[in-house]
Amino acid sequence: MTEQITGAQSLVRSLEAAGVTDIFGIPGGAILPAYDPLMDSSIRHVLVRHEQGAGHAAQGYAAATGRVGVCMATSGPGATNLVTPIADAHMDSVPMVAVTGQVGAAMIGTDAFQEADIRGITMPITKHNFLVTDPADIPQRVAEAFHIASTGRPGPVLVDIAKSALEAATSFRWPTELQLPGYRPVTKPHAKQIREAAKLILESRRPVLYVGGGTIRSGASAELRALAELTGMPVVTTLMARGAFPDSHPQHLGMPGMHGSVSAVAGLQKSDLIISLGARFDDRVTGRLDSFAPGAKVIHADIDPAEIGKNRHADVPIVGDCREVIADLVTVLKAEADAGHTGDFEAWAEFLSGIKRRYPLGYETPADGSLAPQYVIQRLGEIAGPDAIYTSGVGQHQMWAAQFIGYEKPMTWLNSGGLGTMGYSVPAAMGAKVGAPDTTVWAIDGDGCFQMTNQELATCAINDIPIKVAIVNNESLGMVRQWQTLFYNERYSNTDLHSKRIPDFVKLAEAYGCVGLACETPADVDATIEKAMSINDVPVVVDFRVNRDAMVWPMVAAGKSNDEIKYARDLAPDFDRVEDDWEVRPA
Amino acid sequence: MSKHTLSVLVEDKPGVLARIAGLFSRRGFNIDSLAVGPTEHADVSRMTIVVNVESSPLEQVTKQLNKLVEVIKIVELDPTASVDRELVLVKVAATAETRGQVLDTVQLFRAKVIDVAPDAVTIQITGNAGKIADFLRVLEPFGIRELVQSGMVAIGRGSRSISERSLRPVTVPARPAAG
Repeated sequence: MTEQITGAQSLVRSLEAAGVTDIFGIPGGAILPAYDPLMDSSIRHVLVRHEQGAGHAAQGYAAATGRVGVCMATSGPGATNLVTPIADAHMDSVPMVAVTGQVGAAMIGTDAFQEADIRGITMPITKHNFLVTDPADIPQRVAEAFHIASTGRPGPVLVDIAKSALEAATSFRWPTELQLPGYRPVTKPHAKQIREAAKLILESRRPVLYVGGGTIRSGASAELRALAELTGMPVVTTLMARGAFPDSHPQHLGMPGMHGSVSAVAGLQKSDLIISLGARFDDRVTGRLDSFAPGAKVIHADIDPAEIGKNRHADVPIVGDCREVIADLVTVLKAEADAGHTGDFEAWAEFLSGIKRRYPLGYETPADGSLAPQYVIQRLGEIAGPDAIYTSGVGQHQMWAAQFIGYEKPMTWLNSGGLGTMGYSVPAAMGAKVGAPDTTVWAIDGDGCFQMTNQELATCAINDIPIKVAIVNNESLGMVRQWQTLFYNERYSNTDLHSKRIPDFVKLAEAYGCVGLACETPADVDATIEKAMSINDVPVVVDFRVNRDAMVWPMVAAGKSNDEIKYARDLAPDFDRVEDDWEVRPA
Repeated sequence: MSKHTLSVLVEDKPGVLARIAGLFSRRGFNIDSLAVGPTEHADVSRMTIVVNVESSPLEQVTKQLNKLVEVIKIVELDPTASVDRELVLVKVAATAETRGQVLDTVQLFRAKVIDVAPDAVTIQITGNAGKIADFLRVLEPFGIRELVQSGMVAIGRGSRSISERSLRPVTVPARPAAG
């Protein structure tokens, strides 16, 4: 006879069998049975202070390691507090499994205490979800959840388990096969499409590699570099793909989009061929869609067929894993090169280098001697270096962190791109540090974002997770304020947070058992960062009190064409002139 | 806009209808008609969904549907190579004076009386959308008291079955995913 155990024990064994080593969560009534056997497991459970923190920590863990992040919560409010990170993971294709307790099977549907239909609630924001009421199903569902979360286009999977199933007697059998007749992600690209793509590349004169987050999820950086260097094509990396291609590489034009570099925006806009690799033509990249890259044909490679042609027609659609797609492209293009067929993109690359030189990323140093936020972030990146992991919240500091830190490696830049979740930074940094304990992890946060999830500093301090937090404190909801400056006649409705007065971030950090530092002059920036870098036994929080009027440039206003990019306020780059320069070149 | 009929094979699991209905609503697609029922395979249900969209949003809705783990296969039925039917139960006023005319109409449309009361008859009719519309137009003057209509079901003509290839068991070797 097989060994009789509880459903809860079966759950913990299943998680172990799935390879889980770390979980972020909070116990509560319905999930309580699972926490008992968890005490005896090899799995490390990090007790967070709010379930949203558990979810973002699981995301940060996954994004920094490539493994599936796991979070756990109880029914009702515990589960609904996971909704934001689950939606975030869904938008940014983060492999994550959320395990939630549910009220006993007999009570489901009765409005029982702490009952919420979390499976129904998360249907639109998960890749898939399950409600388990039979304890015998637990191993099968857990195995399926991890398989679905980590394969194809990664995403969050929720497993909701009734308390009665956790308490009931069952036996454990880890499945050897998964029965998922409707789940067949295509990873191997079609050879014919690869040949078509290679043909378009060789025929093009102004191609651009438009690199998205899919290249990071698929681990395609080496292949991408080979493709870029083989062909000489210029590269842009989206917000989700920062680090997929080294920033120091001469072919890198920077980040495209609303706050992208002029060279990256111009590169796409003036191209005759966009090779989209794991990107999805998001509105933040394309601006007004009908005027985006009007002369470009499109090769669109993605593991999710639904992304192809969703926003922009694809001349050559390629369904497949980015790494395989790029590797196959390299093979075909190498063979073409050996046969003497190469593209000639030198003039185009030179033209874009000219734009890059003429319109470099930059910022104004405040005349009053106050601290430029961009300077803080730039120095932070230079001192902590490309081996560190950087997380950010959402807003101005996020854009500056994407612009002014030089990323050289994938999985070193973690942020909330699609959903734009303020509060992502600190818990994501916590998760990243648990996944990569030997790596320096900096949470670059705004004073607004920081106050949404800073309770996890307690988790970090108590559980020996020494993250570093740089609060870029402009005492306001800076990005919203920037829009009020530009589009609402400087009427600052409800964006002033007074965070230089309340709270005292240094004291707050100390209250949480962290080291608190403050810095408000440019001269102190390096020493403060170096001091923070030297403290590795406890978390460090630095309050960088910066100039509040700094704005993020370049900028394409929402709903405008990328042709209307502003390099700085009231300063448009001279696109037409550079275009003339391009046009007079001999073909 | 044009009508398209999708046959969707899904795993017969709780919540699958909510998943599909939710997908249509959140992506802004209107369902004209929806019918769900069992198939020749015990674990598989079949949905017939009629949508009114242009072809490019149709492609998007099909791709999004395909991403649902419990959706096994989607086929758009070509109206010239398929047969579609709806079922209507309609309660019509029928006095001694009009009963004869109502019954004539039933005969004419090859419909069927399934219940009789002193002042009304309940009629069952099956057919495609056009036939049913015609039938109801003819009945209208007699006084329609109540009407219930099924969603459309449709099937391809010929001997081939849409489930033939899609239902081969697809098994994936289980492996540690997080390790």
